[in-house]
Amino acid sequence: MSRYIVRRLLWGVLLLIIVLAVLFVMFRVLPTADPAKLRAGRLQNPKIIAEIRHTYGLDKSLPAQFWLYLKDLFLHFDLGFSYYSGAPVKELIFDRLPATLSLVIGGAIIWVVAGVSVGIISARRAGSRLDRASMGTALVLVSAPEYWLGLITLYLFASDIGQVRIFPGAGSYVGLTTDPVKWFTSLILPWLVVAAGTAAIYARVIRGNLIETMSEDYIRTARAKGLTERRVVLRHGLRSAINPIVTILGLDIGVLLGSSVLVETVFNIPGIGRLNYIAITHADFPIVEGTVLVAALFIILANIIVDIAYAFLDPRVRYS
Amino acid sequence: MTEPLLRVEDLHVEFVTEDGVVHAVDGITYEVAAGRTLGIVGESGSGKTVASMTTLGLTRSQGARVSGRILFEGRDLVALPEAELRAVRGNEIAMVFQDPLSSLHPFFKVGWQLVEAVKAHRDVSKAAARERAIELLGLVGIPDPDRRVDSYPHEFSGGMRQRAMIAMALVNEPKLLIADEPTTALDVTVQAQILALLERLQRELGMAIVIITHDLGVVAEMADDIAVMYAGRIVETASARHMFASPEHPYTWGLLKSIPHLAGGREEELTPIPGTPPSLIHRPSGCHFHPRCPYAQPDHARIDPQLEPVADEPHHHAACLLESQLRRRLWAELGSGCTPEQAREAVGLPAPPPHPERHAPAATAAGEPSGPVPEVGL
Repeated sequence: MSRYIVRRLLWGVLLLIIVLAVLFVMFRVLPTADPAKLRAGRLQNPKIIAEIRHTYGLDKSLPAQFWLYLKDLFLHFDLGFSYYSGAPVKELIFDRLPATLSLVIGGAIIWVVAGVSVGIISARRAGSRLDRASMGTALVLVSAPEYWLGLITLYLFASDIGQVRIFPGAGSYVGLTTDPVKWFTSLILPWLVVAAGTAAIYARVIRGNLIETMSEDYIRTARAKGLTERRVVLRHGLRSAINPIVTILGLDIGVLLGSSVLVETVFNIPGIGRLNYIAITHADFPIVEGTVLVAALFIILANIIVDIAYAFLDPRVRYS
Repeated sequence: MTEPLLRVEDLHVEFVTEDGVVHAVDGITYEVAAGRTLGIVGESGSGKTVASMTTLGLTRSQGARVSGRILFEGRDLVALPEAELRAVRGNEIAMVFQDPLSSLHPFFKVGWQLVEAVKAHRDVSKAAARERAIELLGLVGIPDPDRRVDSYPHEFSGGMRQRAMIAMALVNEPKLLIADEPTTALDVTVQAQILALLERLQRELGMAIVIITHDLGVVAEMADDIAVMYAGRIVETASARHMFASPEHPYTWGLLKSIPHLAGGREEELTPIPGTPPSLIHRPSGCHFHPRCPYAQPDHARIDPQLEPVADEPHHHAACLLESQLRRRLWAELGSGCTPEQAREAVGLPAPPPHPERHAPAATAAGEPSGPVPEVGL
């Protein structure tokens, strides 16, 4: 088991270095504009540019620059400075992390609870009107683009522009430590929007898996033991049917942490996604690079956690 | 005779499918006395598994239409509400299934699965249930049970898994154990061990056993009484002694003649039963066995035979349209080593009317036949 974990961790580190190399090429080698010139801003002259070039090691060879890049990153988590504001990218990202975490984790709780419960109910009443209605709704939610869903919910329910003004609308986000109640209410709509599509996918996956699992021999054994149907479904059936969900949950959270651009932009939530969006409009490469790196980091981390969680979930994986 | 432990009366089980109604069990009647062993023999698709699953109400969730009565200690299990039936399942009647790997939950420890079975019916502490689980694992011959109790099913060998399944079935000391092909998925050497284990446990715990199998060797060793099933019906029932000494039904003859005997030596000819078991949706008219029967006569496709007592032998019944005397002579000829054709000619019976099944590739009785057998998803 511990060998398995070590192997997964080493694989993660290797993957991270590959990602970094790709990022380095993408943001340091490929851009047509000279980074030193971009950094110098409006008041540039050859002397300043040469100075910047020297300070940031841009006069060194590419391999040397890559080494420097890795060293700064691993030792100080140094992501450079914003071209636009001059603020350290590391701080900009850390400042915005809580908002993104709030959005993603709250959304994840909603989509897991909603997806799994709807999936179970649909599976147990497969073919019924309720099942067809929920699977139809799921199909709509899977197909609906997030930004569209966001705009629709704002139009319908936002307290400023909505038809039924029940939830705080765009731009109402407050930090959890500032005002927990406002934090919660301001996130209700974004949570629902972020959760809708994924909940729909989970519901369909759980439904399919559970229907399949319930015809397994070990379910017959569980029934033959004299267990209640409730226990047969929730303990024996769901235990098998939920495995793939755990796998994709880690990845979904990892991906969303780095790419909640649309929902954060629609709802004006000061998170990493919105930071990235603004940086792109300003061609602020260090921020884009930093957010992409953080996103990659989350996804790699999620992958490792999923692999390890899977070994705990399926005893057969542990020994092979 | 005293009240039997289990009495099944005119049990019908049907499944409505897109292709039509599957008559999986078509009016069977049998009894099992306390402490005795009944062997139910038949090819796959003969309804033997569905019949026993219905005893525990396990076909209810598959939308089966059940009629008839299943009297267990006087209670009718067919009419029993789900909650009361649940108290019987795994407690008074327990079941062991064919494939022990797929029948144990792969994600739970063996001990946990046994503890769950105890706690489903007894209000005991977790520690006490665990003690009981370890005790049972030891009883069924799993070495080092207090360590193996924490193993997962995939860490057990096939034989050990089946022992664990048996331990799980016996954990609440049932009065009746239904074993559905308990040795089919196992190696031959392990098969014998499992059968010996079941016999030992039956002696020690005094329970009745219904053993379902397609393997006559299994019932020869274990059963007191045998019922032979074909196409959802019992075609012959007798004590094990009578069944092997003087079988009355051509299908039983076919089963007996298609398995090798050690005494028969290398030259012994095996006679497979031609054709495949019939579809349970579109069953043959008259005697369901007539398309494959080497002794079928034209009116056998018309007349539906009933299970009738056999002369001179108590508790021996057969459902065959041939004359009783004729059957005795046919079996005598077969017993002397004749093929079915030679036996038929020896007693002067006309050849059966032509039927495609008789020329179809044979399915041996010992092996599970392939062919258009409707699967009743169990």
